Amino acid sequence: MTFVERTIRSLSEGMNFAALADDSARSNGMLQRVDPRIKVVGMLAMIVSVAVTHSLLTIASVFLIALSLAAASRISPLDLARWVWFPVLLFTGCIALPAIFITHGEPVHAGWPVTTQGVRTASFLLLRAETAVSLSTLLVLTTRWAHILKALRVLRLPIVFVVILGMTYRYLFLILETALDMFESRESRTVGVLDGPDRRRLAAATVGVLLSKSYHLSADVHLAMQSRGFRGEVYMLDDFAIRHIDWCWLFLFISVAATVIWVGR
Amino acid sequence: MHIPDGYLSPSTCATLYAGATPFWYVSLQKMKRRLNSQAVPLLSVFAAFSFVIMMFNLPLPGGTTGHAVGVAIAAIVLGPWGSILAISVALVIQAIFFGDGGITAIGANCFNMAIVGSLVAYAVYRLIAGRTPIESPRRVVAAAIAGYCAINASALIAALEFGIQPRLFHDASGTPLYAPYPLHIAVPAMMIGHLTVAGLAEMVVSGGVVAYLQRAEPALLKTTAPGASVGGDALGWASTRPLWIALAVLLILTPLGVLAAGAAWGEWAPEDFSTQKTRQQIAAASGNQAPPAQAPAGLRKLATVWTAPMPRYAPPILKSARLGYILSAMVGTGLIVLAFLGGAWIFTRVRS
Repeated sequence: MTFVERTIRSLSEGMNFAALADDSARSNGMLQRVDPRIKVVGMLAMIVSVAVTHSLLTIASVFLIALSLAAASRISPLDLARWVWFPVLLFTGCIALPAIFITHGEPVHAGWPVTTQGVRTASFLLLRAETAVSLSTLLVLTTRWAHILKALRVLRLPIVFVVILGMTYRYLFLILETALDMFESRESRTVGVLDGPDRRRLAAATVGVLLSKSYHLSADVHLAMQSRGFRGEVYMLDDFAIRHIDWCWLFLFISVAATVIWVGR
Repeated sequence: MHIPDGYLSPSTCATLYAGATPFWYVSLQKMKRRLNSQAVPLLSVFAAFSFVIMMFNLPLPGGTTGHAVGVAIAAIVLGPWGSILAISVALVIQAIFFGDGGITAIGANCFNMAIVGSLVAYAVYRLIAGRTPIESPRRVVAAAIAGYCAINASALIAALEFGIQPRLFHDASGTPLYAPYPLHIAVPAMMIGHLTVAGLAEMVVSGGVVAYLQRAEPALLKTTAPGASVGGDALGWASTRPLWIALAVLLILTPLGVLAAGAAWGEWAPEDFSTQKTRQQIAAASGNQAPPAQAPAGLRKLATVWTAPMPRYAPPILKSARLGYILSAMVGTGLIVLAFLGGAWIFTRVRS
């Protein structure tokens, strides 16, 4: 596979995930109905509790809770496995594996090079990474991006930062599509195999063209914003309304997080 | 290099969030002051651009491919403060939306890549590029080296963060609770990949994009090139004046070599084996092993093949050793400059 094909695949996968997240966030699952601010605070509390706890059992329990929430929110375990569990297992698994052998401690069995401490530390790394990324993915798959951004305001993030995040996300897909078009058109015009220096020149020129297009795009966007009255001050409409059931969810999330920290202290 | 959740302890993450916050605040203030209403769209679109660049597979020498962060490009086009914000926003979206990098580790990832990376890239680029014109080839080299240094500095900081985890955070049985590898494993493991593949990817994209922008859109390189002209002599004398002054100072200082005691190991002449004083120097430089009674036959034979016009930096026409050193340095430097000028002349003729 050439670098152009690999890049096309990488860009397409990013867009496919975004499409999946958007579809999933619009469906009528359990978490989809919860107020985004409650979900942001709740998921963050659970992720922090997973990082703080010193007990493998409690981390595994949170993982099972995440799995149940995903099922109740109509998120396919296959999608989670494809987008989250397998890539994390591959990456963190490769990093954690040598720790089983090289961490000092008592051997699991007499004569074996594997130590109990090694197995525990590798399990900590893998379970924490899988659970935390499952929780954050759950948030993304049950909440529309625009709502996540608005909800970030409850964390006291500066409004201008939230607006930049929102605009970045919007133009991200335009630039992704532009890059994809550039690579596909180049691929369709390429006959034979490019040698190393030509491949590097092509990659650098593509990034350069994309940079130039992005710069001009930002100038156009600025003019469009100015023509609509933008003078550098940013405002955001806050149209969320927390219901009684949302407070119950918040209580549930915080209770789980507190229990995880208390049990695994 | 995107650190996932679970690799760093909550206290390390909190420290790095706290460390990154002042940089974010200052960057935002500086960008708002510099660009006013243009800051929001410019940073947004550049963050989106940086995000997309991180998804590119870049072809590297040796047939492999690698991913770049694009931090040097952002630092060169936007300046260090704009780059800190643009790369940070891209990293936040990667962490929240694509699970690439942990939520608790956003502060760490931004500190390593966006802050350290941008500042190192900017400093290296400005240092090497100097005040050369926008089209100067030195800017391409400067960008490539800046990208390489930035990504490796970021990787080193990340490796240090990993490496301190097992020492600081373990349970009663000694089980590391977060990243399990100590510094002596974490640093080489992280740096080998970055000094080779990842560093090379950043080098290729940074140098290549600056070379492209020089031809297609030189105005984009102006932000970080104050005083540089567009067009003109790319290798002008003015731009290299500090280097020539430094060279002249070094020439004047060359007699310091006369003060050095003893002989350089392995740089012996046949006659050095026959005098008592030099024999003692050879023995002292060789771990007190006595040299052979006579100069080796091969050395004696080959030593007469070529007689240098200025043997041992002491031209026969001069009695003073100091003056001899200075004259030798001047002649040597002149010959090197002539060789490069000749090479450049031939290269230009062949290309045209």
